[in-house]
Amino acid sequence: MSATAPPREPRTPPLAEARAATMRFGALTAVDAVDLRVLPGEVVGLLGANGAGKTTLIRCVLGLIRVTEGEVLLFGEPPSRATRARLGYVPQGLGLYEDLTVAENLEFSGRAFALGHRDRDGGTAPADPLASDPELAAVGERTVGDLSLGQRRRVAFAAALAHRPDLLVLDEPTSGVDPLGRAQLWDTIRAAAESGAGVLVTTHHMREAEQCDRLVVMADGRVVADGTMADIVGSRATVKVAAGRWEDAFAALEDAGLAAALVGRTLRVPSAGRDEVATALRRGGVEAEVELVPATFDETFVALAGRAGGA
Amino acid sequence: MNRGGSGPAATGSFGVDDLTVAYHGRVAVAGVDLEVPAGTVTAVVGGDGAGKTSLLRAMVGAVPPERGRVRRPSSTQIGYLSAGPGVWRDLTVAENLEFSGTAYGLGGRALRERADRLLARTGLAGAADRLGAQLSGGMRQKLALAMALLHEPALLVLDEPTTGVDPVSRAELWRLVAGAAAAGAAVVLATTYLDEAERAAWVLVLDQGDPLLAGAPDELVGGVPGMMFDSPSRPDRGASWRRGARWRTWSRDGGAAPPGARRVDPDLEDAVIVAALDRHARAAAGARDGRAA
Repeated sequence: MSATAPPREPRTPPLAEARAATMRFGALTAVDAVDLRVLPGEVVGLLGANGAGKTTLIRCVLGLIRVTEGEVLLFGEPPSRATRARLGYVPQGLGLYEDLTVAENLEFSGRAFALGHRDRDGGTAPADPLASDPELAAVGERTVGDLSLGQRRRVAFAAALAHRPDLLVLDEPTSGVDPLGRAQLWDTIRAAAESGAGVLVTTHHMREAEQCDRLVVMADGRVVADGTMADIVGSRATVKVAAGRWEDAFAALEDAGLAAALVGRTLRVPSAGRDEVATALRRGGVEAEVELVPATFDETFVALAGRAGGA
Repeated sequence: MNRGGSGPAATGSFGVDDLTVAYHGRVAVAGVDLEVPAGTVTAVVGGDGAGKTSLLRAMVGAVPPERGRVRRPSSTQIGYLSAGPGVWRDLTVAENLEFSGTAYGLGGRALRERADRLLARTGLAGAADRLGAQLSGGMRQKLALAMALLHEPALLVLDEPTTGVDPVSRAELWRLVAGAAAAGAAVVLATTYLDEAERAAWVLVLDQGDPLLAGAPDELVGGVPGMMFDSPSRPDRGASWRRGARWRTWSRDGGAAPPGARRVDPDLEDAVIVAALDRHARAAAGARDGRAA
């Protein structure tokens, strides 16, 4: 960045922006005219089935590959080495050196990012994550390979956050961690957002999606939904079936070619109408209560991904 | 080992009693009871290192119990999907099924018919000639599940069948699991995801090898003591954690609501967090008492 760069003001401009971004590999269009914005302080979830184009889009945003058409801007400019210094990235594999200690891992990433980068407060030295996190400091001399997954995730977060990045990109950040550990990791993510960073989270998990301010759903390379979880679910409904013996109801629905999901001892049929379900149950000789209930986000997501052709 | 060992059990009474599993003296599962009834799905939930895999390995007889009892059918009546790949990379989809079926004594027409039916139901019929190594994560897990289902086992044991699988494939996997339970199998599966555990009839939550909570999801949610609040900022009292941009706060004695907070019904995620906080608090109190004494 040059010395004449305009001062960054909260809310403007987007930290990351894709405008009609398109990425083709030969005949395959992996990302098809996608618009995406991540604003300061915002936690955006990027969702999609496998093959929907999420990973390719993230690689474009990180500047690892260049879009075939359209535009990707990071901090208002095309991705470059300079923009890389303002990014924090936690891949699913965490990107840590397993045979180095926690302190060595943090020192390595700290030095890599401190080069030529001034942090948000104008200082040049990255914060020492061990000084501010006693739990991390307690395992500072242990090799990362000996830590539990939850602890390794905390180290990866600390490494990605130490240079106080303006944009944080996280791939399934709390996968495999118990609920209390997950709550602690989200606390860290939210604290980064509240101090002005933008966060882009890719996930397959509804509990993670629930933590985001806004969700972008991709299918077949395109954005098929963008909004809050409630916006995206909208007035969508699912048929709920409560029968004396759920297994009989399940068999009757399967015989009619209707996909039923088991929840406890009730069934949910997201892809069919109430009458269709009632008819299938009657034909199977099953007595059951059939009612329309609001769809879950999971059900909505599967419908969106399936309608686009799916994987 | 005291009551040690295991033995065949009649259909419908599978499970473990006071099970402890240890590897070289390190306890992985400590004193766990679990009932896995026929015709239902039972979920074992916990994070990495909670003891889920050890419990399931003991269920299928892959690791002997240090203490306690395992009730399971004979090995030919068990279907097991282990954590990890679970399919042979160098065999095609059809060959994987054939190999697995043969190992369980199936052959000829019965094997072909069951294999064809499972290929159709998993949506893998078009990929029958593809090598295991060439499958996507979701397809691989569907094949591994089909292999575990092929011999129509009385007990189906699934170790994280949906980890790394996208929601579309996850829904398909759950449909197969529900189908097996509907046909009468006793199903026990491990997962790290509570939204998935909510689909089971019974949930066992493990925390570092110890049972943390056990019950039907509704009971666990209904059994959360005290009160749960939702507020836009962090309250200065009570145990609190994030839920999106907002905060959840738990008050054991149901004391005054934090400013700006509204009371909410807990969900399973809250129930597990409260139980974990409670356990940590008691462990800390125990350590203090120990030092005082």
